This record gives sequence, structure tokens and C-alpha cells, in this order.
Amino acid sequence: MISLPCAFLRLAAATLLFVSSSAFAAGPEQALSGVLEAIEANQPDVAMQRVEALIAAHPNFRLAHLIRGDLLLARARPLETFGNVPKTVPREKIEDLRAEALLRMRAYRDRHNGERVPRYILQMNAEQKHALVVDSRRSRLYVFENVGGHAQYVADYYVTLGKNGVEKTREGDQKTPIGVYHVTANLPRQKLADFYGAGAYPINYPNAWDRRLGRNGHGIWLHGTPSDTYSRPPRASDGCIVLANTDLVSVGKSVQIGLTPVIIADEIQWTDAATLEADRKGLADSFEAWRAAWEKRDTERYLSFYAARFSSEGQNLAAWSAHKRKVNAAKAWIKVGMSKVTMLQDPRENFVVVGFEQDYRSSNLSNVMRKRQYWIKNDGRWRILYEGGA
Amino acid sequence: MTFTDPRTLLGVLLAALLAMSSLAYADDVEDAAKLLKSGQHQQALERVNKVLAAKPKDARARFLKGLIFAEQGSAKDATDVFLALTKDFPDLPEPYNNLAVIYASQGQYDKARAALEQSIRTHPSYATAYENLGDVYAKLASQAYDKALQFDSANPAAKNKLALVKELVGGGVPAKPVTVAAAPAAPPAAPAAPTPPKEVAKAPAVVAAAEPAKPVAEKPAAPKTGNAEIIETVHAWAKAWSAKDVDGYLAFYGKDFKTPGGEARADWEKARRQRISAPKSISVTVDAPKVSISADGRASITFRQGYRSDVLKTATATKTLVLAKSDGRWLIQQERVGN
Repeated sequence: MISLPCAFLRLAAATLLFVSSSAFAAGPEQALSGVLEAIEANQPDVAMQRVEALIAAHPNFRLAHLIRGDLLLARARPLETFGNVPKTVPREKIEDLRAEALLRMRAYRDRHNGERVPRYILQMNAEQKHALVVDSRRSRLYVFENVGGHAQYVADYYVTLGKNGVEKTREGDQKTPIGVYHVTANLPRQKLADFYGAGAYPINYPNAWDRRLGRNGHGIWLHGTPSDTYSRPPRASDGCIVLANTDLVSVGKSVQIGLTPVIIADEIQWTDAATLEADRKGLADSFEAWRAAWEKRDTERYLSFYAARFSSEGQNLAAWSAHKRKVNAAKAWIKVGMSKVTMLQDPRENFVVVGFEQDYRSSNLSNVMRKRQYWIKNDGRWRILYEGGA
Repeated sequence: MTFTDPRTLLGVLLAALLAMSSLAYADDVEDAAKLLKSGQHQQALERVNKVLAAKPKDARARFLKGLIFAEQGSAKDATDVFLALTKDFPDLPEPYNNLAVIYASQGQYDKARAALEQSIRTHPSYATAYENLGDVYAKLASQAYDKALQFDSANPAAKNKLALVKELVGGGVPAKPVTVAAAPAAPPAAPAAPTPPKEVAKAPAVVAAAEPAKPVAEKPAAPKTGNAEIIETVHAWAKAWSAKDVDGYLAFYGKDFKTPGGEARADWEKARRQRISAPKSISVTVDAPKVSISADGRASITFRQGYRSDVLKTATATKTLVLAKSDGRWLIQQERVGN
């Protein structure tokens, strides 16, 4: 009866919708793709029902309003583009929403099959229940559960990152850092301005490596969205990782202060569990050999595990070697126990961050401390680049 | 389509009912309509109330009363009247349309949409309701976009350009005379609406509240002089254009036609062919034509050309055509925008 000239919208939907899903259910990506599928199938009324259901679930979902606008306008006249707002609207406003649409739909197309794992999580310790990994290019945060030390996919969410992208180096550069971090605190909603939404989880940027490279800035948080906003554009924060409030609450359930790793990658490198286990074993063997050499007071072998570029809180390799030779020579015996070992590959640099609790006993001194090392593989051998207290 | 469709039957009954009205009654309603048109709202209202005192259920009088209220700015009263009409005469599309116009003027676009959809349901070829519905959808889209872009919606009642229907004629009949399938009903019953049987365009034959001079209101009954021949030719030209009948359209141009940009005839034809084929629908109207015939026998006609397509919503321009008679036919020699 009423002709609906929405060929263009269908085209746009086809562009955004690479894969068809069978079920239409909750979850903004699935719901969005359900809308786009209906458009592609030339069922604008179904698309309208679905987008209105999506808006009912998330009244401040701007992207859903945009698509609803298109569906309405298509009834009045042919569309020229996806997000057919008047020409007077500033371009970046609409480009933001188009970018969000593309990223959400791409995430839905490439959604996790539950099998692949990021190559960064080599080993988690028994206390760590979850790990968070961010794919900046895809504007996506993945939650993994610790199952027997290995990461198992749980869920993933759309995130907003820094206005100026990634690789934070300077205060105020409005970039999100790349690296291995962990959650340092939980700031509840009541203590925050509305801007941060349902809560905030600061991370430890700048970490030891960042400081070593002279990077500065602070206050990189995972946080929510203002109460009048469901989600923000893909690149809009001052460097923080921003999630929809409902998503932040979900992610928050898996966060443990001081324990939960937050690994931020430019683009996640995925691998399979077998390859990852082989990588892990190679490093674990070197780590154990280093510990054993120390315990045996085989100082030269022990020192052979340190890289030429090694540094530790102001000491270079020469100073460190001299100190260790002197200390170890004075010991009648040494016992070193390692526990709670975590191994997390830095997504940018070639090193793995190894965290552990060191139970050190010797003839004249004993202590227990948390330590962190950066292990780097050169010419097929793992060596220590950095070592310090955690 | 046969008369087994109850809607059709009702339409015919209604038309018969209206036709049976007494002359005096018709005069009263017509007078009230004239009074309203001349802005004498109060007198119009008195006249209508007089009719309604005798015939409280009369559809035309009630419709007119609704219009008077609307023109006076009494949206609430007008709404009541039109709403009651939709209940008593659910098959009449105009009250729904006017109800929608009032809702839209109040920014109640969802209600406006529902009313217009109802109007179209009763008369699927009702062009005015389609146009209004298009505007309502555009407005709803704009509100959705505002939410998407987090703009504060502008005063929703600020701009309302929907067409308030002024005549109760039973829907799409005058608007789309060629439609056979959907709306065969209700012959033009209102004496105040002398709808020409041949329309040049499918633009609605109703008068918009904001635009008193609607282009379609040409006078087909003009005396058959040379001028009338030329006017007829121009209407036929507009009709071929509206029908996207490119060959028919091009046939109105003489061999000696001066192309506007001085380009080769073939190039101009090719461009015209492409421009006319591109939109899904075109509607061209000719309004207020003025003809002058010069000593050499050529005719110059200046008129307001209304253009509307699914691509370009509306464009109105003054146009002048110079025609010359060749083999008994008036053919276009020149075409330009302006006088």
C-alpha cells in the first residue's frame, strides 16, 4: 500500500550486515543486526518494530534513534545515505554514529566463537578470576575467565576510547595507553560525577615500563556513561575506556581490585590454546631455570638470564651483576619459592610481564615479596629486561 | 471493482444523501463556506449553526464548523468536531486528515500519523493524506535524528505546513481521477467544489490552509479561443511531463526550438530524457497562465509552474513558453524561466 523507498537504507544495511543471525534477542549488537536484517529483507515495518523495541530497552541509544529516523524518513522520501540527517548537521556528529554502527556490526559479524584466545594471557594465577582485554581498533572489551590458569572467553562489549586514539605518552594527549595494566581501585557511582555513570575502575597507567620510557599522565579509568547517554562514539574520551552503564556493571562483577589484568592492545592478536600453551611452557621453563640457578647459588648461570638492556630501579646490568655476585657469595644456602605466577604478554613490546610472590629464605636473610619481571625473547632465549617490586 | 465493497456502497449512499439535500440547505452551507473563505468566521459559524439546528448530524455542515474552529485557532473545538465526524462517518477520509493536521500543529506527530493512516485506509488513493503523512514522517524522523544527535528538539509546533482539507468530497476522487481500482466511489457531491474532470496533474484538488493559491485551480471552462487552445496545449505538455511520457513531452517542441543553453538538440533531448526518467514520480502543474499573441502569430504564455517529484520535493517558478503554430499544432519554440 504505502511504498517505502528505502532502497538506500537497505544498501546501507547490507553493507553493515555481513552475516545473518538466526535469533533476535537481547544485546545491542544482536538487536541492531536484527533491525538491519529486516531492512535488508525489505521489511521496514518489522525493522521499525525491532528498533522501537531496542529504544524501549535503551532509551538513550543514539544509534537506534538514528536508524529509527531513517526508517521514518524513508516513508516520506528516498534516503540518500545511512543517517540521512539534514545537511546542516555537523559532519563529525553523524560520522561518529556511523562509525559506532560499523564497529558494532563488525563486532557482531566477527563475534567470538568461544575458542580463540588472545596471545597475551599466557598464565593467570589462582586468585585472578578474570582478565580484561581491549581491542582498540574494534572498540571492544573482552572478558575472559580464569579456568585452570587459562583464559576462557566470557563476553565482549563496545567501548569508547581516547579522542586521539591509542599509545598514550603525555598528559592531556587524549589517548588511551597500550600495555599490560591492572585495576587499582573501585570508585562507586555515589562518589562520582554523573559523567562517569555507573562507576569507575582506575588502572595503573603509567606502569613501570611507561615510566621507564618517560611517559606521563594519569587517571586512566574504565568507567560508565552519563545518565542521558547509552553509549558514546568510538573515539571520544580523554583516554579512558568507557562502557555503557549496563555493560560496566556486568564487567564490574568480574573485577578484583589489584588483581584483574587490563590488557590494552591496538588490535588483539588471537591464537589457539595449544600454541599459547607452548609459548607459556617455553617461558615457564626459563623462569624455573632462573629460579633454580639462583637457589643453587650458580651466580653466573643466574646472571645469564638477564638481558644486556636490563635495568632495575636505577641499576643497570653491570651494577646488578656486581651486587648479586657480592650478596650470593655471602650465603651458605638459599631457598626461593615462587607462587601466584602470572604471565601476560605486552601487546606492543616483545616482553611478557611476569608477576609472582617470591618466598626467599637464606642463611642470613628471609623475606616474602611481590615482584614483577619483564621477560623478553631474543634469539630464541628468554631473558629478563626488568625486575622490581610490585 | 464492484459495488460489493461496503465502503464503495457507503460512499455512493453518502453522495446520494448529499445530493438529496435541499437547495436552501446547500445554499446555506455554501454561503457559510464563502464567509469562511473571506475571513468572516463569526458569520460563517452562525450560518453553519443555523443549518445544524435543523440537521444536527449533517456531515458537511459539521465539517465546515470544524474548519471554522480550526481557522479561528480553537484547536480543541476543531478536534472535537473532526473526532466526532470520524466516529459517525468512519469512511470519510477528510475528517481524519484534518484531525491529523491539528495534531501535527500541536506537535503530536504520532497521533497525526495514526489519523492519516486511517484516512488512507478509508481511501487508499487520497493524495492529500499521503502528502501530509509524508510530512509527518519527515517530522518524526527529524525528532528521531534530534535524539540521535542529542539536539534539543526545536519547538515542535513551530513549523506546520500540512494541508487542511477544506472540502468534504469523499477522498481521493479529484486527486487521482485515473485510479480505477482503489477509489471509484463518491462522485464530487459538494457543489462548492467544481472539480474539473480532467486534471493535468495528480496534485490534490484541495486547498491548503497556508497556501491559498494552489496551482491546480485552473479554469478549464474558459471560452474556446486561440488563448484557450494555447492553455490547453501547455496543460497537455505538463501532463505528458507528469506522466513521464518523454516522447509525448518532446513532441511539444518544434523543430526550430531554441535549446536553453544553445546546446545541440540531440544533447538537450538526451538530457531531458534522463531528467524526466530519473524520478519515480513527477507532478507538474500550470497555474495562472497569461497568454499574449504577437503580430507574427506566435504566442507567448507565462504561468506559475509547480514542479514536484519524489527526488525534489517542490519547486515553483515563473515560466514563459513561446509557441508557434505548425501544421495546426502549437509547438514550443522557446522555454525560459521568468517572464
